[in-house]
Amino acid sequence: MSHRLAGVDVGGTFTDLLFLDQATDDVRLAKVPTTLDNQAFGVLAALETAGVDPASLDLLVHGTTTTTNALLERKLAPTGLITTRGFRDVLELGRRTRPKPYGLTGWFEPLIARERRLEVGERMDAEGRVVVPLDEAAVATAARELLALGCESVAIHFLHAWRNPAHERRAREIVTALWPNDHVTTGHAILSEFREYERGTAAAVNACVQPILARYLSRLVDELRSRGYRHDVLVMRGNGGTVSAPVAASTAVHTVMSGPASGVMAAAHTAVRAGFENVITCDMGGTSCDVGLVRGGVPAVSSELEVEYAVPIHVPMVDVHTIGAGGGSIAFVDEAGLLRVGPQSAGAAPGPICFGRGGERVTVTDANLLLGRLDPDALLSVNDPVPIDAIAARFEAQIGAPLGLDAEEAAVAVLRIANDRMAGALRMVSLSRGHDPRDFALFAFGGAGPLHAAELARELGIPRVVVPARPGITNALGCMVADLRHDFVRTINTPLAALDARTVHETLAEQARQGREMLGRERVRLEAIHVVHGVDMQFQGQSHLLSIPLETATPSVDALQRLFERAYWQRFEVELPEIRAVLVNLHTAVLGRRPGIDLAALAGGSGDRDDADARAPADEMPPPPTTDPSPIRAGVGDCERHADHGVTRRRTVRFPSGRRATPIFPRTSLGPGSTLDGPAIIEQLDTTTVLPPGFHAETDGSGNLIIDVPTT
Amino acid sequence: MNPLPAAPASSTRLDPITLTVIQSGLQQVCNEMDLAFVRAAFSPVISEALDRSDGIYHPVTGALIAQGDLGLPVFVGTMQFGTRAVIERARDLAPGDLYIVNDPYLGGTHLMDVRFVKPFFYRGELFAWLANTGHWPDTGGMVPGGFSANATEVEQEGLRLPPVKLFKRGVMDEEVLAIILSNIRVADQRIGDIKAQAAALNVGERRLTALIDRYGRDTVEAGIEELRTRAEQQMRARIATIPDGRYHGQAFVDSDGVVDEPLTIDMRIEKTGTDLHFDMSGSSPPCAGPMNSVIATTRSSVYLAMKHIFPEVPINAGTFAPLHIADPDGTFLYARYPRPVSGCAAEVSQRIAEAVFNALTPAIPEQLFGAPAGTSGNFALGGHDPERDRAYVMYVISGGGYGGSPAGDGISNGCSTIGISKSTPVEVFEQLYPVLFEEYALHEGSGGAGEHRGGFGLRYRLRLRRGTAKASFVMDHGRSGPLGALGGEDGGVNVVIVTRDGVPYHPPHRSKDQGLVLHPGDTVEVRTPGGGGYGPAARRTPEQVARDVQRGYYSMEEARERFGGWVSR
Repeated sequence: MSHRLAGVDVGGTFTDLLFLDQATDDVRLAKVPTTLDNQAFGVLAALETAGVDPASLDLLVHGTTTTTNALLERKLAPTGLITTRGFRDVLELGRRTRPKPYGLTGWFEPLIARERRLEVGERMDAEGRVVVPLDEAAVATAARELLALGCESVAIHFLHAWRNPAHERRAREIVTALWPNDHVTTGHAILSEFREYERGTAAAVNACVQPILARYLSRLVDELRSRGYRHDVLVMRGNGGTVSAPVAASTAVHTVMSGPASGVMAAAHTAVRAGFENVITCDMGGTSCDVGLVRGGVPAVSSELEVEYAVPIHVPMVDVHTIGAGGGSIAFVDEAGLLRVGPQSAGAAPGPICFGRGGERVTVTDANLLLGRLDPDALLSVNDPVPIDAIAARFEAQIGAPLGLDAEEAAVAVLRIANDRMAGALRMVSLSRGHDPRDFALFAFGGAGPLHAAELARELGIPRVVVPARPGITNALGCMVADLRHDFVRTINTPLAALDARTVHETLAEQARQGREMLGRERVRLEAIHVVHGVDMQFQGQSHLLSIPLETATPSVDALQRLFERAYWQRFEVELPEIRAVLVNLHTAVLGRRPGIDLAALAGGSGDRDDADARAPADEMPPPPTTDPSPIRAGVGDCERHADHGVTRRRTVRFPSGRRATPIFPRTSLGPGSTLDGPAIIEQLDTTTVLPPGFHAETDGSGNLIIDVPTT
Repeated sequence: MNPLPAAPASSTRLDPITLTVIQSGLQQVCNEMDLAFVRAAFSPVISEALDRSDGIYHPVTGALIAQGDLGLPVFVGTMQFGTRAVIERARDLAPGDLYIVNDPYLGGTHLMDVRFVKPFFYRGELFAWLANTGHWPDTGGMVPGGFSANATEVEQEGLRLPPVKLFKRGVMDEEVLAIILSNIRVADQRIGDIKAQAAALNVGERRLTALIDRYGRDTVEAGIEELRTRAEQQMRARIATIPDGRYHGQAFVDSDGVVDEPLTIDMRIEKTGTDLHFDMSGSSPPCAGPMNSVIATTRSSVYLAMKHIFPEVPINAGTFAPLHIADPDGTFLYARYPRPVSGCAAEVSQRIAEAVFNALTPAIPEQLFGAPAGTSGNFALGGHDPERDRAYVMYVISGGGYGGSPAGDGISNGCSTIGISKSTPVEVFEQLYPVLFEEYALHEGSGGAGEHRGGFGLRYRLRLRRGTAKASFVMDHGRSGPLGALGGEDGGVNVVIVTRDGVPYHPPHRSKDQGLVLHPGDTVEVRTPGGGGYGPAARRTPEQVARDVQRGYYSMEEARERFGGWVSR
């Protein structure tokens, strides 16, 4: 029984660790600086900081940004392409757009440079019939040429290989025999869908990051082994599931954007246990805000994400909508005299003014500080403390003067605009996809999410906000709770009228079988295996798809028709009896559930807390509670009466309605069943939660803070 | 045609915070309409090529209030004129009414761009108009797809609809629908587009209602007026950076498709203070073929050119107030009934923009660039597939190279100046139509030489596999390439080669032809233009030229000839 688990998530700034001994409820946390050159050092440092001996671990689950960073910074392995004669430029031509709707300049660099894209004679037609046989000698020649050019990795991408992969498979055999390592990617194996640019890009991304991820993981595993770790390392993927390290390396494209996915996974897991099946997740950090949607406890997954201009990665990924609104987002008055917040960010350097690192432009964090929502003495990452008057002066000068506001009003305005932008992102993931935000709870995490969540929820009519016990280590929790997961997609592209239901049943069964087999090979103890099926459908003649979950692996054709009509109506409020429906893709996710995690332990209910506390770096660790606190029942002005329950002080906080003397509660003082009336500020080292006047909050048994949002 | 009258001034002053919130709220209403339309559409020209736009318009003047971020640029300017044309003709308005119109002369583009225009009532009172435009794959006429290269009157180009109510009080008029569907090709899927297009406006109606509920009618109205004023101020601030003076630019359309002579766009721009005056009266007279431009498209082309130069300025009617465009009466840029106009939205519009770029380059060189490919590359192939016993119309639009700019080289295979569209994958074409692409590649050598070279066009060649088919082309820049800037060379020209029974055929009008009969084995090859270079080619560094040669962008000989003696250096 694997009961000593560690989740380690590498973020842009910090590497977070969450350790749990399920036998003893020992919980430990660590937050150490991310080591950019080799993230493994940060992982090892986190284990050491938390006092977790790798030899004693039963399982380590790891989220890494290695591939995401390599891709976005274009620090890619030297990679070659072998492709169909006449088509080597597909990866450079893209799909003929431009970076922005207006302005005729921009930048696009293909993932694989032209001199490393070689063509060979071969051709399939759209039905998968051979038009030109594979020139096997040319494949061998091309492979040798790419090796001579210094390529470490190669992608083989042939036209219509999604329909008939025979040529790609044979070419792979030929190349593998010559290639000095196993960095050989075939397009159809990464993505079995039509559209040559999207499939080729997925294959190219995989080939370009595979050597990097493989090297990184093998170094990490070696380091762990040398410290006595004896098990597989599981790696987080963009679909919100995990796989063992060797599988992760050979399908490296699936680890791109895994960071936001683990956050949504943790949110789904936590929210379901708190009784919320439907949540919108909002992870607001220093530079951006990631918004996701969870329905029925399952995060929405999309296969249509574009990680940057002209880099579509059409493998299934947790659908996260990112906007440039974070604590470091810069506020300014534009030339039309309108207040703007972001997307430009002060980042970590110079950072917000209050960090004292030379930042001069006002940010969202500075606004929170000026208004008393953040405690100036408890800020992380401060070099030279900046006097609050100096921050006020900059608000006055940069925002207040042009708009005719004083410094405080200017800061209130900055928060309102920041919230308005986030509300827009929340509408895009909910309303514009046919969901009413009022049917959801808002799950707020990240360093800045809980600062804004209550007001954001009110703006959207969302009735409840959930702030988890440990908002700052949500991604590490996501690693720990994520299922093992394998996704399969098969294009069918047949009108329902011509569809044989047996094809559907057989394909889904085969996908499930493959998934079970892959899980079986991973040597991880599983509690259960869940198989989730879905279909992508459209009306004949359309190009966009509607994804619909299936509740059975053996749907009838009639049932598919009804499901599609209902989903189409919900999304577009359009009925089209005149036009035939087409089944485009069948997909299956096979999920290996590991034994569940007791979240109550996370709230610090028991275990050797003092130990964990002692091992944490004092300035960055959220300290667990010192005792089992009794419930607090506090209302406005109650803080004196409850002083011995942890209300150490009050602060004047400026809300849009005016200044209020506001009690400050340490999060650790709020035991299960505590209730609070706003205004109140709840502080913990990894975040601050603002409870505005008129809001009401209570803590549940798992340490979540549940905020009731008053209706406007 | 008179420019749009200014909306009545409002006396209410809004706090700037509410103003920002209202601006993003209006924008989001439009973006959601765009999204709903694209996701539910059938026409691939809408769903893949994004050839559509949704917006909110003034209740009285039709002036633009807000438009989706990803609306097709050429529609940005036209839709307010189209909406006004509907307002002038509208009778007995009721909630749920919806007009359909595609008349080019009534504030339109070409017949394929079908507009839906709907009055928006808030608590029973007319508050605004919601409208969208979508490019239908066919609206009848002498060639499938509507891009006839040599029509001489608009009736040959397809079905022309004045503003008629397609929906009355929310109920579709089946008789009007029957007239439409009886006059267009591939009619069975159009009902899907009609419902998608109407449903998108319904989304807009719900969202806009919620926005007004939230902030109040007076506040939103005051916000709209204030935003208009501010966009105008912003545009004026940008215009002020252009030195006062007179500027002259030109651009040329290969031919009108009927008479093989170039058409000239003569662009004279006078800048005084914060206003720009555009005079195109020296342009060629109206032409016999379909390269005439209706006035709404002519105006919109100038607007979108300025928006490309100053992309930061938000779009509403105020943005365009400082741009004064004299009606180019007596030229091919002010087409009147029954002049054929199918080339105006896709081709002439891009030449007008090019003339604006060309004129202003000496004035603000750091804001400008070599000319982009500037053609939509329309190629339509209509025929019968014997294997599937099915008639088809394949519709290919292509990108080309963008011009070099102060920021660097131009991008390759960018979309048209007036579009934002994605190209259709080869794997999709081959699934749907009996063709096999033999090549889909960069048009090597097409990037105009320069310190910052132009991007490269596209070169593709396809073979007809089965049955017979007819090919039509409406492209441009076959006679001369996109203009270079500040000493940069012009981009490579557009080339069409149709090879039948092994014999190559070059269309006499280079970039335009129609009705070319193909048999199995015949091929069509198209090479689209490259972008114009920026700055003298001799200033390009030897390292950059060597890299271009290594990548096969230019042959060694081409590089030596066009970039000077870099090899010996």
